[in-house]
Amino acid sequence: MSTSAFLTDASVCIGCKACEVACKEWNHIPDDGFEWSGQSYDNTRALGASTWRHVLFLEQAQPMGSQLAGLEDPFRWQFLSDVCKHCANAGCLEACPAGAIVRTEVGSVFVQPDVCNGCGYCVVSCPFGVVDKNYEVGTAFKCTFCYDRQRAGLMPACAKACPTQSIRFGQLEDLRHDGHARVRELRQRGYSDAQIYDPCESSVGGTHAMFVILGDPETYNLPPAPEIPTIHMKSAWGAALVSMLVLVLVVSLAFVLTG
Amino acid sequence: MAKEMQISEGRLEALKEEAARTGKVQGRGALPVGSPFPKAASATSYNGNPVLKPPTWTWQVPLYFFVGGVAGTSAVIALVAHVSGNAQLWRAGLWIAFAGALISPPLLIADLGRPSRFLNMLRVFKLQSAMSVGAWTLAAFSSAAGLALVCHELILAGYGNGFLLLVGSAGEILAALTGLILASYTSVLLGVTAIPVWSENRTLLPAIFLGGGVGSAAAVLDLLGLLVPATQFIGIAASTVETLVAIIIELRGRYVDRPLREGVVGWATRVGAALAGPASLFLRIFWGHNSGVRYLAALCFLVGALITRYAWIGAGRVSSRDPQALFQIQRRGRNAAAPSVLS
Repeated sequence: MSTSAFLTDASVCIGCKACEVACKEWNHIPDDGFEWSGQSYDNTRALGASTWRHVLFLEQAQPMGSQLAGLEDPFRWQFLSDVCKHCANAGCLEACPAGAIVRTEVGSVFVQPDVCNGCGYCVVSCPFGVVDKNYEVGTAFKCTFCYDRQRAGLMPACAKACPTQSIRFGQLEDLRHDGHARVRELRQRGYSDAQIYDPCESSVGGTHAMFVILGDPETYNLPPAPEIPTIHMKSAWGAALVSMLVLVLVVSLAFVLTG
Repeated sequence: MAKEMQISEGRLEALKEEAARTGKVQGRGALPVGSPFPKAASATSYNGNPVLKPPTWTWQVPLYFFVGGVAGTSAVIALVAHVSGNAQLWRAGLWIAFAGALISPPLLIADLGRPSRFLNMLRVFKLQSAMSVGAWTLAAFSSAAGLALVCHELILAGYGNGFLLLVGSAGEILAALTGLILASYTSVLLGVTAIPVWSENRTLLPAIFLGGGVGSAAAVLDLLGLLVPATQFIGIAASTVETLVAIIIELRGRYVDRPLREGVVGWATRVGAALAGPASLFLRIFWGHNSGVRYLAALCFLVGALITRYAWIGAGRVSSRDPQALFQIQRRGRNAAAPSVLS
């Protein structure tokens, strides 16, 4: 059983949005409305029910790598294509009461559109804010990891369309290795803030979409320490149990003390 | 635009003179509307855009929290009343539990994006999903409460026998047990999510929802005319809990709790807490001997408890839009200088 993954490299992304377009065209996803955000060329702002690849445009007052000129007023323009992380321990999957969200044989997290009844619990359970409800259709949507294409032996549409190989598709362990190698190379070339975003040590347990980024994850709206919400199960139910016991005591006392 | 950019003839002369003298002229140029452009930075997140998604739930959901709380705790009151020999409260409690059990499913089904697929809620049973636990609990509670009520009414109508008594009692016990879960699982539902204000209050929410539930049940019983000492006791206890919780939230002053203290949602939280807490409490304690005042105290509690539930959903919405609320919690648990998530 293979475990496929994405490695998305911000250091080579050119912000062309071929990935966004390819994803929408292959999956027949509607537009997001034509709203100008005023945030560089990013008019989608975040992943959502109708945006499964989201290109970020970061204008930063920081130098780029080992640039020598313009350091008195540094500026760099960074791009990254964000996507569903397909977590090893997925908050959305654990939360779904209908069992609509499942793990596929390629390791991805998949929302079965014919089972979902639109309860919205997955939406508040994703630590990355990926999955959302489409209000017209009524059910939840997110990146499918091009499950249909993978089953036909093809790579996902976004990876196919990416002109710079910023989006790489392959086996998880290979890409993880490549990602770390890429970060080492970038740091050697003067990009001291190059990092790989792959939260293996958190309760999410690692993701099947890794990112090579320049700078802190918060800059890219990636949670620095994502947690699957079910780690709070014990404390939450524990508190509920205590409250239940107190309630039984109070109600019993109410009748015992007052006769 | 032309106004701001107009420069004097003298300035033009000075520019010419500076250019001739130094061969170079410095100028800032015009700043377009909306500048400086947003800069993505670690301290400001990606242009202030939200990281998480807001809850999708509609008005039916907080109302269901309220109804479920009343119904579930009513079943507990009914059982204890049964054991204590209070026939009036026993019967009323069973009717309230059943009424709540009837209203709850339509409320939840109406909130679904695909209501026709509501039965998919019972497709699997997942302990790790509070919503799955809740769906099955509601199904079990409704059945038990219905059974208990039917048996009770049959017995009252004179068809009573040993079998009915046994089945009815079993139904009541099951209704009370599932009722406790029904009234409290919604606090776990909110607490076990990624929404900061909910997950960071997960140990407080059960007290709010159960206290609000049982206080509301006692209030309904009061409003039905059953002004007995037991409901006064429960009402005072519940209002005390609401008051204490409100004090805790205000005094804690945490950044993550800001939606509960600021803006429209902050006001709703405070109004709800005031009505269900101090207002109801003082009315009951000092003027509770007067039945008119007790009705008022009961009404205050019901309105306060209902508002509180809407306020908590609203707080979740506000909290989901604030990237810093999320980042702060996560940075707190780790050394900010050496994030171990990355290499």
